[in-house]
Amino acid sequence: MTTETVRLQDVGQLERTWETPRTIRGWLSTVDHKRIGVRYLVTAFVFLLLGGIEAGAIRAQLARPELHLLSAQLYNELFTMHGVTMLFLYAAPVLSGFSNYFWPLLIGARDMAFPRLNAFSYWVFVLAGIFLYTSFLVGQAPNGGWFAYTPLTEAAYTPGLNLDYYTLGLLFLGISTTVGAINFIVTLITLRAPGLSINRLPIFMWGTLTTSVSVLFAMPALSAACVMLFLDRRAGMHFFDPAAGGSTLLWQHLFWIFGHPWVYVVVLPAMGLVSTIIPVFSRRPLVAYPLVALSTVATGILGFGVWAHHMFAAGLPDISMSFFSAASMVIAIPSGVAFAAWIATIWTGRPTMRVPFLFMLGFLVLFVVGGVSGVMVGVIPFDWQVTDSYFVVAHLHYVLLGINLFPVVGACYYWLPKITGRMLSERLGRWAFWLMFIGMNVTFFPMHILGLLGMPRRIYTYPLGAGWGTLNLTESAGTVVLVTGIVVFLVSVGVSLRRGAPAGANPWGASTLEWSLPSPPPAYNFAVIPTVRSRHPLWEDRVGDSGTHAPSELERGAVLDEGRETVGTTMLDAEPVAVLRMPGDSLWPLLTALAIALLFCGLLVPSVPISVAGATAIIACVIAWLWPERAELRAGAENSR
Amino acid sequence: MTSTRVVPLAGASRPVRSLGWWGIWMVVLTEGAFFAFLLFSYFYTGSLARGAWPPHGNPELTLTSVNTAILLASSGVLWWGDRSLHKGHTRRLMIALAVTIVLGVVFLGVQGVEYSRKAFGPDADAYGSLFFTITGFHGAHVAVGIIMLATTLVRAWRGHFAPTRRVGVTVTAIYWHFVDVVWLVVFTSLYVSPHLGVL
Repeated sequence: MTTETVRLQDVGQLERTWETPRTIRGWLSTVDHKRIGVRYLVTAFVFLLLGGIEAGAIRAQLARPELHLLSAQLYNELFTMHGVTMLFLYAAPVLSGFSNYFWPLLIGARDMAFPRLNAFSYWVFVLAGIFLYTSFLVGQAPNGGWFAYTPLTEAAYTPGLNLDYYTLGLLFLGISTTVGAINFIVTLITLRAPGLSINRLPIFMWGTLTTSVSVLFAMPALSAACVMLFLDRRAGMHFFDPAAGGSTLLWQHLFWIFGHPWVYVVVLPAMGLVSTIIPVFSRRPLVAYPLVALSTVATGILGFGVWAHHMFAAGLPDISMSFFSAASMVIAIPSGVAFAAWIATIWTGRPTMRVPFLFMLGFLVLFVVGGVSGVMVGVIPFDWQVTDSYFVVAHLHYVLLGINLFPVVGACYYWLPKITGRMLSERLGRWAFWLMFIGMNVTFFPMHILGLLGMPRRIYTYPLGAGWGTLNLTESAGTVVLVTGIVVFLVSVGVSLRRGAPAGANPWGASTLEWSLPSPPPAYNFAVIPTVRSRHPLWEDRVGDSGTHAPSELERGAVLDEGRETVGTTMLDAEPVAVLRMPGDSLWPLLTALAIALLFCGLLVPSVPISVAGATAIIACVIAWLWPERAELRAGAENSR
Repeated sequence: MTSTRVVPLAGASRPVRSLGWWGIWMVVLTEGAFFAFLLFSYFYTGSLARGAWPPHGNPELTLTSVNTAILLASSGVLWWGDRSLHKGHTRRLMIALAVTIVLGVVFLGVQGVEYSRKAFGPDADAYGSLFFTITGFHGAHVAVGIIMLATTLVRAWRGHFAPTRRVGVTVTAIYWHFVDVVWLVVFTSLYVSPHLGVL
């Protein structure tokens, strides 16, 4: 491996190699992880808006007692699709967007390990989202709640396509989530820049790594459950039918074995964002990095042992409920460790009140509220009291908005300058924050009280005499404020794109590798592959982090401009061992995703010819995708093994 | 294959795994979890059964034991083919791939015969649903494996492989061995465990 310094005039070859042509074909076939990441972010925010519109309709319907703005049936579809959209089409994909864009930049690589799989995972995500939303066009959207409990969701009680859209849509989307997770894991294992050993990983990556491993083991539980429900509904099978020896509780077990880890899938990377952003604006490294990293991993592992706390009211044996209650208490410990680390970082730092930091402070408040109500519902007698009430709705929204939406919007203010090259307005940012923070609390805090007063979740309206009118009206008003805040945020993004101040390479004075690049980064990311010798390569002169080592080298390193190349390193110590030659742009990922969509449409209709055509097309596309090009065959040695 | 290729550095201290190797192992982990959840459902349902489990009597072992041996043999043959490629014997690799395909097809055929002999169908009761879904999904994985083997055979015939370039073979072989291991677990759970009176 030659080590050279690249000067500006030398990057022409890299540009020619990595740049995607600005044509329609280029747009459809690009494998640039940065463009894919932006697509993930934009698409996820579109789904956030759709889910928000559904929430707005729900809050309008509930604003006063005995309103009939929506039919009961439409109301069921709206709250179901609101949950499905927010949890599956916004909360996880938006984090995948950040991870896709920044994964290679944080580790000093030029792309993901499987660039085409990366494009594929985006196309599957967006097609699965469209697939789910076409259900509104035929007026049969999923209507059994986002966790779709049997026996309500069996064909006998919910005929029609509603739940078939649900099972097939989630199976379809699961493909995207799974291959995305595989790509993150393998990229992290193999593509880190020389010297970026596992103990120097940017803290954000521990969140997405833990999440990706969780997805590998949790997603199949949902897939198995959806396959079974589909077969029950369509092939007359009896998995969840007690009359024929099945069990309705089996659905709940499978769903929550998936569902609880999924909660951590949508919050751990966001907590990683917090651990990234708080130190930058506190002007010091994160306190207790190893403990925060370990607590992230521990939360991911413990997350597999608490699923039955969603089922305390289902009639499980006492001994197993005690176990799951205890485990649910234990899982608060790693969260507490991370929280203490964040507080200590701010306490011992010199905080600067910029907009990203404001969102982190908002997160800290909401995290406490959501965490405390979480411990409360982990206690069995209390859970019995509030099961299926608005208390649970309050808890889960504090968790999901507090730990996902606030860090995500904060991260947009932090990272969009890198992506777009332009700063966002501080003034609009402060407006967005305060509107969102006040709106969030006005909307969701009263739900705790309504829950304790006995208002059940998912009811379409409530009687005048229940005395819930004032609080519900308050919540609906809060929603208006919250939505206004999100609109102000989106407007500020638009304003920034048109006339934001140029960001420069490192507007926040941050410490990780992506800030060593121009904003926006060039197609090839790094002109030379850097060598990293500390956790804070851009802060080494300030924090003396590299200790006795030589400083990191960002200007000198392997150029690797003979093709799409980057450096492969060992799993733990990141010693360079190989040059990786990566595939370029291709239409096959899109075509394969379309073939899968065809198969799922065939299964939905149901139509045997369409299904067979889809399955055949999938096989043909995958073979064509993986078939080596002539140049590769000529290129000699392929691999060691 | 058109995926990221690994070119080891001259001074590399240890052998370098291809990205395909990492990728297929991730697939194996997540697919393994999928079968684990199906089998969890089997044992969960069985443990709650009020009457006899399995409700239609214990499954017949003879035919399926032979079929198990056939699938295991196919893994052995494929292993031999992979080793032959290490030594540069691509012809032996092709023979091994062809034999593995034949054994895989025979396995599916025997499975079909067994299905036709069952007195109950997947819509009879929860046991029938579980039995046919679990073995059916395994069969689907065998079918996918056969497609992979056939593609690999064509590629071998076109001269795509050599001792230093064999990722396609490695990936296919890992997947095929995985499908065999899954069968051993499925066989033990669905066929052997009722005879042992586990539930």
